[in-house]
Amino acid sequence: MKGYTWRISLILIFIIASCVYLTPTLVDTLPTWWSGLLPKDKIHLGLDLQGGTHLVMEVETQKAVEGSLELIATDLEDSLNAQNLRFKKVARLGGDKVQLTLYDRGSADKVQAMVKKKYPDLEALPVFDEGGFVNMQLRINEKEAQVRKDRAVAQALETIRNRIDQFGVSEPVIQREGLNHIVVQLPGIKDPKRAIELIGKTARLEFKLVDESVNAATATASSVPEDDELLYEKRTDPATGAVSETPLVVKKKAMITGELLTDAQIRIDSQYNQPYVAIEFNSTGARLFDQVTAANVGKRFAIVLDSNIYSAPVIRERISGGSAQISGSFTEKDAADLAIVLRAGSLPAPVKILQNITVGPSLGRDSIHKGLMAGLIGVLLVVSFMAMYYKISGMVANFGMVLNILFLMGALSALGATLTLPGIAAIVLLVGMSVDSNVLIFERIREELRLGKTPHAALDAGYDKAFLTIMDSHVTALITAAVLFQFGTGPVKGFAVSLSLGIIINLFTSLVSTKVIFDAFLERVHVKRLSI
Amino acid sequence: MELIKKTNIDFIGMRKFSFLASGIMAIIGILGIIAIARGTANMGIDFSGGTSMQIKFAQPANSQAVRDALGKAGIKEVELQEVTGGNQILIKMHKSTGKSADAVSDALKAGIPGNSFTVESSTEIGPSIGEKLKQDTLVAVALSMLGIIIYIAWRFDFKFGVGAVVATMHDVLAMIAVFYVLHREVNILFITAVLTIAGYSLTDTVVVFDRIRENMHKSLKDPMLTIFNRSINETLSRTIITSVTTFLAAVSLYLFGGEVIHDFAFALVVGVVVATYSSIFVASPIVAVWEKKAVEVEAA
Repeated sequence: MKGYTWRISLILIFIIASCVYLTPTLVDTLPTWWSGLLPKDKIHLGLDLQGGTHLVMEVETQKAVEGSLELIATDLEDSLNAQNLRFKKVARLGGDKVQLTLYDRGSADKVQAMVKKKYPDLEALPVFDEGGFVNMQLRINEKEAQVRKDRAVAQALETIRNRIDQFGVSEPVIQREGLNHIVVQLPGIKDPKRAIELIGKTARLEFKLVDESVNAATATASSVPEDDELLYEKRTDPATGAVSETPLVVKKKAMITGELLTDAQIRIDSQYNQPYVAIEFNSTGARLFDQVTAANVGKRFAIVLDSNIYSAPVIRERISGGSAQISGSFTEKDAADLAIVLRAGSLPAPVKILQNITVGPSLGRDSIHKGLMAGLIGVLLVVSFMAMYYKISGMVANFGMVLNILFLMGALSALGATLTLPGIAAIVLLVGMSVDSNVLIFERIREELRLGKTPHAALDAGYDKAFLTIMDSHVTALITAAVLFQFGTGPVKGFAVSLSLGIIINLFTSLVSTKVIFDAFLERVHVKRLSI
Repeated sequence: MELIKKTNIDFIGMRKFSFLASGIMAIIGILGIIAIARGTANMGIDFSGGTSMQIKFAQPANSQAVRDALGKAGIKEVELQEVTGGNQILIKMHKSTGKSADAVSDALKAGIPGNSFTVESSTEIGPSIGEKLKQDTLVAVALSMLGIIIYIAWRFDFKFGVGAVVATMHDVLAMIAVFYVLHREVNILFITAVLTIAGYSLTDTVVVFDRIRENMHKSLKDPMLTIFNRSINETLSRTIITSVTTFLAAVSLYLFGGEVIHDFAFALVVGVVVATYSSIFVASPIVAVWEKKAVEVEAA
């Protein structure tokens, strides 16, 4: 008695478990009774196999810090105005400071007290005189800046997730990676270019008054007044596709921003059959919009998205009720995408695309097909070689190898691992390597047989002596596989996953599965010669 | 069936030739590493940054026509490679060109009007990612080597650990040498193949070392070199058979696995051959010579 019943049961349990886990992958439509605890996940295919887009984006977090400093500057301006404190200028200075330029020391003291109360986190640098004015600088410290950067990345992640959800991609992966990177995977996407534009758009919506006192046609960026800026309205002729740019001088300060929106929907103008985006403001936005339009009837109001003017209609009358529309020369797709980004909100900082890998669906199919083909041929070659060289024992090893593949596939789907083309390559390679343990054992057995041992004794001795060697060789192989797993991304990680799982499973099949077959056989049948 | 009967080959005795051959390989490999470090080797864009595209035309298109079309749009310094079968062309541009995949598509649409095409895949990688990948790769290689030395030193002894690592380094260098001489692309998949082979080569080496250790315990009287030679001969059959099966699998990947992993599979094929060679001709002879010296010093 060598206790092989438990080993056989263990193997059977593994076989059944693997089959159960593989069922969703192999069967197209699961039967209705397949419910409850039974697994429903298929083996995930990597983007290289199913086609899709893999993006790595960097959130320009410094811009987020600068943006929040600008907000602070605007807020301080308003507070100073409200308290009737006279000042010359409040503006962001560099990447970490806000500078207040005041007229005298007296007001500086008051301002200092106010700032301390309002923004306790900002560090006030010593006040200094310059050119007859009093300068006061507030600095955001490193830690505080880091908090803001961190928040910007988290917020960007959320916004991008929203946009992708609304765009409609099945099983997207949206993850933060490292300090300021965001990884986005969009499997099976049809129009990657459009998706990338949608995701990467900062989508900062601003309503700015047009400064009609400056002639935009002759203005340059440096000649406009300090609180104005020169922007362009781009129009695409729908018939010719020609792009025309009209310069407009607008006030730098935005009257209303996109944060105050509650909804944005695409609509079609029934008169001209032109798409536009209907937007709804929240109560604050509605009140502001009401006030601004009331105060500026007859003036032009520019709708600016990421420093591009979409349109600059004339305010004909006071608009209450909190709804407005953005029209411009865009196609239906453009309008739909604009509605999505406005609904999902703007990114707290611009993002830069660092890496963009797009694989077409046909290449993916081709890769699966060829990978399986190579695997099949590899298996056939190895199986015939082993059968020829080790005869019946070789077939036992082959059986072990098939078990190996079955267990590996089962483990991959149970763990929800992702199969990539290099992952398939790893499996094919494992086919070759998995018979190694059996080769080791068989060669040992042959040696023992040559020494004149009985088949049974030779078998035991072979397994015993090969055991340590097999352990050593598997552990060393596992070390490199683990390192690959730790450092690899995408396809390489898929390779490492298949490889390390394969190594562990192989240890089990070679030491338990194939041994039990020999044991069970030799127990029942008295063998004079081992077919090896 | 037996391919290899009981052999008695003096492998250690051949060390003069094998060390010379390996030395030359290693030097070419080091030249290759220098070329990689200086960026003059054929680097994949995942390391160098840039854009690569695989484009499938409806009708046969030659690379000259593609080059002309791209040149007209101001896209120069491109590397083109025709893929046999299926009218496919691989386009590779390094970061200095600074043109995106969209620009290439537009240029081809304008430049080769009669021949429609689909972009099978496109990859754009910023330089900062490439730099990060380079660092990560170096750390990965260093860590795995360290892990291996520690494990082998623990299971055997320090000399064996060094022998195993030297043999593994030899394989890594030899693979780099082959890719460098054939001017094949060094990309992240190649590095993956190198690390895989490192693991495989080690397995091979460990099996031989195991036998050496066993024989050293068994026969204390025999001279070192005899024990080493006997051990290599005893495990020779296993070494060859395992190599054959792994080689068969790698070759089928190379021949049938498709364009995407062609170079990867090629690296594996080369690696299996080199790893088999090194575990017989490099790893054990190094330890043998070292052990012999140690014994002689003790005796003296």
